[in-house]
Amino acid sequence: MRFDRDVRRKLFSHAMAIACLACVAIAILPLGDILYTSAVNGLKVLSFQFFTQNSPIPCDPRFQTGCSFGGIYNSIQGTLLLIVIAAGIALPVGILCGIYLSEFGANPLGNAARFFADVLAGVPSIVMGVVVFSLFLLLFQDGYITSDYVLSVLSASIALAFIMLPIVARTAEEALRLVPTTTREAALALGIPRYRVVLRIVLRSARSAVITGGLLAVARAAGETAPLIILNPGNLFPFAPALGLHQTTASLPISIYRWIVSPYPNWQADAWGATFVLVILMLGISVAARLALRERFGAALR
Amino acid sequence: MVPRPSDTSAGSETPRDPGVIVSPRGRFSRLRDRRFWVRVADRLFTGATGAAALVILGIATLLVLLLVQSSYPSLTRFGFGFLYGTVWNPNQTVLSPLIFGALPAIYGTMVIAAIGMLFGVPLSLGIAIFLTELSPGWLRGGLSFVIELLAAIPSVVYGVWGLIVVVPLMATTVEPGLHATLGQLPGLSGVFAAPASGYNGFSYLTAGIILAIMVIPTISSVSREAFLVVPNDQREAALSLGATSWETTRLSVLPYARRGVLGAITLGLGRAIGETIAIVLVVGNSYAISGSLFSSGTTIAAFIATEFGEANGIERAALLELGLVLLAVSLLINVGARLLVRRGIGPVGGAE
Repeated sequence: MRFDRDVRRKLFSHAMAIACLACVAIAILPLGDILYTSAVNGLKVLSFQFFTQNSPIPCDPRFQTGCSFGGIYNSIQGTLLLIVIAAGIALPVGILCGIYLSEFGANPLGNAARFFADVLAGVPSIVMGVVVFSLFLLLFQDGYITSDYVLSVLSASIALAFIMLPIVARTAEEALRLVPTTTREAALALGIPRYRVVLRIVLRSARSAVITGGLLAVARAAGETAPLIILNPGNLFPFAPALGLHQTTASLPISIYRWIVSPYPNWQADAWGATFVLVILMLGISVAARLALRERFGAALR
Repeated sequence: MVPRPSDTSAGSETPRDPGVIVSPRGRFSRLRDRRFWVRVADRLFTGATGAAALVILGIATLLVLLLVQSSYPSLTRFGFGFLYGTVWNPNQTVLSPLIFGALPAIYGTMVIAAIGMLFGVPLSLGIAIFLTELSPGWLRGGLSFVIELLAAIPSVVYGVWGLIVVVPLMATTVEPGLHATLGQLPGLSGVFAAPASGYNGFSYLTAGIILAIMVIPTISSVSREAFLVVPNDQREAALSLGATSWETTRLSVLPYARRGVLGAITLGLGRAIGETIAIVLVVGNSYAISGSLFSSGTTIAAFIATEFGEANGIERAALLELGLVLLAVSLLINVGARLLVRRGIGPVGGAE
């Protein structure tokens, strides 16, 4: 009798292990299919011209001749522009904030900032989009900016910066905390000023983890669609690169969204090409960031 | 007690004023003193980092103030009726008054998030348990790496994949199949009822399934952290009593990590209610309430995304009020999750 019960328990344990393994398999399945589908459909339009030409005019070969696939040059330019400006704002401020949280943050301000950074990281990106819209509308109504800027590269970049900021700050803080206190004490004992200790020694030791956090934030912002739907809707000037901060721009996520829901074959085909490019870009950044992180800190930062 | 010579001499000496640096070079000698500049640089540096921390607080305040301010016309005009009204009519005519009610969007958000959690939570916990407790060591690193990659896929890509792959599959196979099997059970016929327009695949269920996949990386990675801090003594105690590996997990690991797991689920829920573009692409975007999981609907975030571009005046204020509702719910959820997670397993990065 007892023997039977033990066998049953062992079998149950194995069955649960297999069920958990099945969960892993079920989660990997969509990832595999996303990669497969976007590769198969994306490679059909991928060529050198795909990266050098602007968005195509919508075209249906059943009714028109001379349809072209165009390319994603202006979408990539737009995404880069948005990301460079957003990162230019969010990385310095975020890293400084991370320094404050880790080095001087054992006080009410530090605790509040840490808490709100966590909370902000959970605010839906669409909300960030409409808030920045309201902000710019208010600035326009008060006469500080012209109406162009409400829907523009600048407003979208600021929304993306708001999204990146808490991520950068918290990852920078975690990275700086991993630097041993003895390192700081040794440096201070040598009479090195505090700011130099932080900048030259602590920040430098944690450099690769801080960069990794920044990279992950950049990746998150580059794939963000919701705030751009509000602040850079694809129906405004999508066929050429943006020439100034007051214009709207095409971007990879918005182009994908706009093209895939359209009825035009050339746009739908391009949507898959752009999807493939975006997926490869994101996975590339993510893999690079995680590999760099692991090499340096081992299991400490998972 | 006889005072030591050093004590008396220290008392008799005139104390030097530490605030003034005596120098023969003149009044501005402080500016030449290196220590002075070091102190200035230190102050500036600390001030700059503190200002950056204040920026975070500023953004949080800005968020709430701006949303309240810009949705004020709608807040005052519709009051609480906004939350339970079912009609969204921006075009005033003689027969249909101007009115905005948020219930269909709120209902859709709740239904879709619930479906996402229903599938996403067991899957994520299974993954977390497998990766920390049951997996052989050689498989662990690679598998967790692959699961983390799910977080790297942008949501528009999930949407495109859902639109092209999942929606047709739901329309042709899954939804009719569920209707023919589970839909025949008493009490469930309404939930699995065929929509009036036929099965087109754009439904609450499709959106919920896409959402389930999207919350997996969040929930599984945070609950893995919670499992990893369970002391090995707990496991060893169970194992030494003859527990199998599953019994060890259920009896000693899961209860210990309960709080962290709850926090992980709440974080995942926060993710789920804010998801926008993937939902827009698969939910069908119809502003209606339906009991059937196969009918199309919308969510707060999806509705804002699809309507905001054309909205003006009072409708824009109403959409911003929807944003305020979304913000309030997500703040509640996130604050709760952070409190749970922090007490459970210490600080967790905001990235994933």
